[in-house]
Amino acid sequence: MKYILILGATSDIAAATAYEFARNGFGILLAGRAPEKLAVIEKDISSRFEVPVSSHLFDAEDFAGHASFFAKLPHRPDVTLCAFGYLGEQEKGQNEWEEAQRIIQVNYTGAVSVLNIVANSYAEQEYGAIIGISSVAGERGRQSNYLYGSAKAGFTAYLSGLRNRLAKKGIPVLTVKPGFVRTRMTEGLPLPKPLTAEPEQVGKAIYKAFRSKEDVIYTLPVWKLIMQNIRMIPEGIFKKMNL
Amino acid sequence: MRKKLANWGNYPVAEAEVRSFQFRDELEKAINSFSGNLIARGNGRCYGDASLAANVLSTLKYNHIHSFDVEKGIVCCEAGVTLDDLLKVIVPKGWFLPVTPGTKFITVGGAVASDVHGKNHHKDGSFSSHVHEIELLNGESELIKCSPGHQPDLFAATCGGMGLTGVISRVTFQLKKIESSYITQKSIKARNLDEIFDLFEANESYTYTVAWIDCLGKGKDLGRSVLLAGEHAGSEELNEKQKKNPLYIPDGRKLSIPFNLPAITLNPLSIKAFNFAYYNKQLSREADGLVHYEPFFYPLDSILHWNRMYGSRGFLQYQFVLPVEKSREGLIRILEKISDKKKGSFLAVLKLFGEQESLISFPKRGYTLALDFPVQDGIFEFLNELDEIVMQFEGRIYLSKDARMQQELFWKGYPNAEKFQQIVNKYNPEAKFNSMLARRLSILP
Repeated sequence: MKYILILGATSDIAAATAYEFARNGFGILLAGRAPEKLAVIEKDISSRFEVPVSSHLFDAEDFAGHASFFAKLPHRPDVTLCAFGYLGEQEKGQNEWEEAQRIIQVNYTGAVSVLNIVANSYAEQEYGAIIGISSVAGERGRQSNYLYGSAKAGFTAYLSGLRNRLAKKGIPVLTVKPGFVRTRMTEGLPLPKPLTAEPEQVGKAIYKAFRSKEDVIYTLPVWKLIMQNIRMIPEGIFKKMNL
Repeated sequence: MRKKLANWGNYPVAEAEVRSFQFRDELEKAINSFSGNLIARGNGRCYGDASLAANVLSTLKYNHIHSFDVEKGIVCCEAGVTLDDLLKVIVPKGWFLPVTPGTKFITVGGAVASDVHGKNHHKDGSFSSHVHEIELLNGESELIKCSPGHQPDLFAATCGGMGLTGVISRVTFQLKKIESSYITQKSIKARNLDEIFDLFEANESYTYTVAWIDCLGKGKDLGRSVLLAGEHAGSEELNEKQKKNPLYIPDGRKLSIPFNLPAITLNPLSIKAFNFAYYNKQLSREADGLVHYEPFFYPLDSILHWNRMYGSRGFLQYQFVLPVEKSREGLIRILEKISDKKKGSFLAVLKLFGEQESLISFPKRGYTLALDFPVQDGIFEFLNELDEIVMQFEGRIYLSKDARMQQELFWKGYPNAEKFQQIVNKYNPEAKFNSMLARRLSILP
């Protein structure tokens, strides 16, 4: 049996991706900070699919604990999905270092810390697959969320480098840029319908991309076009825009 | 941010603040995040204003299955799990919903709050007859459990109580054992109302019965209809191909009506079955068949957003039940009125309910008829006239379908309404949970 480790398993996108892998016969290792929530998801997946599911405490910001966390898992996961993230509040982060630090630590430092360990393990055994959920916000810094965006930009670059390194070992690294998704994180925001994916769509897109060993996906293809255009706007104009 | 929100009839439209929650420990916080009272809402498949208010707590993301006992067929799940979602889990294991309405796109919380009924009401009662336990958060932020034996007043007022006793959190209920996902079906034509009444009574041994009735039939054709009767097919009744995968469920690819069409007064669901029997293939009075449960129970679910067929003003569904001894006379009066004024849906759904003792649930022994009316000039006056007839014949209207009934009809039609109101006040003393429907009918201030 193959297993997937889901880091940050209580988010909408993570749970939807867990469903897809469980439906396709993967055992599920759920990891996150809130044991009660993990237990709810564990029971839910066990009720729906006939695959083994277990929960493991994991804190993205507890860097020192990452190595023993990975070593103590009951199964060496065949696939690792890094799905945790923290949107935070841009304005708060501009004024309070704690908020800014948290945004950077969860979205970038924590991800690097744990994936370094996973990557080394996979490189050594010359087997495995890594999926990272980054963001379109990382493609260009905008005044409304550049703290989050810059951390995700770092994560995107990290995944790109990791892919370059691990390609030689036959280990695929998939970067996922979901665009707008109807999740709790975006609740109440006036998201344009054609640009907004449901978490279930994202889960399906991730599984499909994993199977076909893609490198980078936008879960809704329209986002690829949008981001190409946003990247092409000259900086002199971009800096005057309200984005 | 407030947005326009309507239920399945697209009437009325509320300006609502909608928030959701995903885990039980977020429920109380979500409730307290609103200023003022609120109502819980599932998938918005009730037709009127039962789950509308200025503040709406969506349960759609609160949709985890807590346990599924495959041996005993007992499920415990959160309120936001849809029947569609559950069927995908339970059918492959040889279980079916104990009761299902005509759409699978409702939530379990909604099934309890509306105490939904199905084609097997005369045999199996309504949804609440199969509920072992409900967990809900009451108006004093207490997470409490109730069942027919424990806090029975709360249980009774929550089943069919339209969310007014609190937010339903988890529901534990019993499923029905099946050998296959197929239904053996019989359809019988009836030339008039007396014939269809006889057919209903003669076929009460069938688990599932329902009829499509032609509302435009006049004189000797008044009540012209088709009875559909069905049973879950045993594995030996399947053909060779079906036997290979007796619990098959199809992939859910759907047609959708992407925008509102100009209003037309046809109900595509009923027309299909009716035309089939009367005008197309069925030449004899009676026909048998073996069909998958999907088209048998959910013929309209294959067209997502069929409600848009009624245009942007929306439509009203009028579903009433009359006591069995008064059903014949009352239905004749109502059908004559509809065919005279050419107001109603061309076709409508008729069903004979079994006995049911309940506090505030809709079903009771007698015939129930469900009709669609597009919102257009004069329709509210016309429905007020129908209300008078329903009242005169001691009938009542289904709250889940209603958007406009006169207050008097509610308080007369539901003899336990005052008792229900007292229990609501006990568990929801400050009307923290309140809806447009509850205000319109003066159940809550």
